[in-house]
Amino acid sequence: MYYSATVHGRQVRFADLRTLMAKASPKRAADELAGLAAESAVERAVAQQILADVPLRQFLEQPLIAPEHDEVSRLILERHDAAAFAPIASLSVGEFRDWLLADNSDLSAMANGLTPEMLAAVSKIMRNQDLIAVARRCRVITGFRNTLGLPGRLSTRLQPNHPTDDPRGIAASIIDGLLYGSGDAVIGINPATDNLGNVRRLLELLDEVIQRYHIPTQSCVLCHVTTAMELMHQGAPVDLVFQSIAGTEAANRSFGIDLALLGEAKAMAEALNRGEVGSHVMYFETGQGSALSANAHHGVDAQTCEARAYAVAREFSPLLVNSVVGFIGPEYLYDGKQIIRAGLEDHFCGKLLGLPMGCDICYTNHAEADQNDMDTLLTLLGVAGCNFIMGIPGADDVMLAYQSTSFHDALYLRQVLGLRPAPEFESWLNRMGVFDGANGLSDHSAKTPLLSRLSALIA
Amino acid sequence: MSTRDPWFELRRYTQARIGQGRAGCATPTAAQLEFQLAHAMARDAVHQPWQVEPFAEALTAKGWYPLQLATAINDRQHYLQRPDLGRCLDQTSRDSLQMLDLPASDVALIVTNGLSSTAVIEHGLALLTAVVAAYADCSLSIGPICLVPNARVAVADEIGRLLAAKVSVIIVGERPGLSAADSLGMYLTYAPQPGKTDAERNCLSNIRPPAGMDYHTAAAKLAYLTQQALNRQISGVGLKDEMGETALTGNSDLVIRI
Repeated sequence: MYYSATVHGRQVRFADLRTLMAKASPKRAADELAGLAAESAVERAVAQQILADVPLRQFLEQPLIAPEHDEVSRLILERHDAAAFAPIASLSVGEFRDWLLADNSDLSAMANGLTPEMLAAVSKIMRNQDLIAVARRCRVITGFRNTLGLPGRLSTRLQPNHPTDDPRGIAASIIDGLLYGSGDAVIGINPATDNLGNVRRLLELLDEVIQRYHIPTQSCVLCHVTTAMELMHQGAPVDLVFQSIAGTEAANRSFGIDLALLGEAKAMAEALNRGEVGSHVMYFETGQGSALSANAHHGVDAQTCEARAYAVAREFSPLLVNSVVGFIGPEYLYDGKQIIRAGLEDHFCGKLLGLPMGCDICYTNHAEADQNDMDTLLTLLGVAGCNFIMGIPGADDVMLAYQSTSFHDALYLRQVLGLRPAPEFESWLNRMGVFDGANGLSDHSAKTPLLSRLSALIA
Repeated sequence: MSTRDPWFELRRYTQARIGQGRAGCATPTAAQLEFQLAHAMARDAVHQPWQVEPFAEALTAKGWYPLQLATAINDRQHYLQRPDLGRCLDQTSRDSLQMLDLPASDVALIVTNGLSSTAVIEHGLALLTAVVAAYADCSLSIGPICLVPNARVAVADEIGRLLAAKVSVIIVGERPGLSAADSLGMYLTYAPQPGKTDAERNCLSNIRPPAGMDYHTAAAKLAYLTQQALNRQISGVGLKDEMGETALTGNSDLVIRI
């Protein structure tokens, strides 16, 4: 079935729904690299007009990627809840946008009635302010040793990476982060190598820090899921199981995973029963362009593939989902403008699907972006109600060689928007004298007993 | 006006920007300007081209046989925007490899500047020397050393296949960070051929002495992984790096700094 319209006497025609979706996407390098992008601004605008008239139902009737060939497509269709979908079942994409903006109810009841493709479609005809206004009405609350995602709260992943996984170097960054009030979403290390013994040492270091100082947070070493499974089998202290995921079966295969494997890992982590206030044990990371990078996009645009990854995440009730938005590089998101747009789209699509969305607000040194662009996205996502952001010393990850947000950046956002850490973690910061009881760093943080106690980690 | 962090001295344990102090919630002016300068240096490193000729001459002087190959990439900007073209050889290089008709080797060894010419200029020759020695120690044969400017990791699949190597190894300049614009990575793929996925590769990264991994450790780990890949006929996530530190004892240079 093709789609067409006549504009100023000229007929514009799109071969199928996925072509229409790609052509209607706001301009980005990934779709240009894949040869899917609109060839002119007018072609894009016309595609958006035609897309607005497409009934939402059509995304159920005409899957963009055939379910016979893709387990993610099968998952999306099998999990679709017709009752939750009923209130919007008769709407077109454009009417759905109006409905979202006019309504002011809690959108969480809608999550299981929506599919990634419906949300990707509507996001393509939404402005940045629309994406913010609607997403901030979705609160997604999760828990492990603390409660994440509550209204008025913003959490951070403390990311203390080190180029050689040196435990003292990592401990130094953890101390810095905790004394700046960071780390309630997770203290999460990207290991320099996936070596089993190395990952286990790091897990034990994090477990010791959390246990010794009674920190209401959780740890993660971001190794491959199979490494985490092997380590759980060996009895290592695994709080959260991490995995990068994508929106097609073939892209996931390129990551060495499938749905069954993720299910197995989740069951193993749940059985360890290490949570206190909740039992969400999965931590997923995603990013626009991953399916294209794996040559596994099936002609579907990068943003729609990304939204499909959230259907994968949703199946496993994660504690945290992190769109690592500018990490993959300028061949996917060329500049600050594209990174900002993608960050808002990802947060919107993830939240409406019912996910605890955070964002690694970041860029690489080969992208046309800088810290000012990150300030903009940081502020916008704070307004949009993002669950968590990264906290990295000075915003500079010395292991992964990219820039993200710093401990200072989180303090800025807390100050200008009045956002507080997760409640259990906030109480701990106040008790330890790191925070002043009024959501700010204590003037006397220099003298906090926590510093001398934490220094024992390095001695 | 700005507050110093009393844990400033912890900076001796890491290059990370810890203990920066603060002015209100922000970083103090000096730290902010230092960051800006580091970003400027990284930006410049990305756009610097790799002069491959002097590198090839240095290899020849060591008695090795470098092969200079090319992708279809024209310049650095083109390289950044077209990773697909960086993943395969141009037709001339493909033809010349096919015509070589060399005996098959265990390992195809490839070097590219990737995202940092600085890295390959600073560390490329020393790392190659360590890798060649490590392979000689375990009696593994290597083919001609292929130098391919402006390539991506997957170019090793095509080259490995054309050389009929059992394993391909590519040394690549990693993308510059603020603290490190000179880091090399190595990717190993068993049974290389176009279409291999990243899950089928093993990676060693942050090779950048003295701050990152040193050449001998990297070469020893690579030789170990190569032997494991050959024995088990697999690479990637199925091949875990289970090399304990004990395997590295006997040479003080090889002790991993933990």
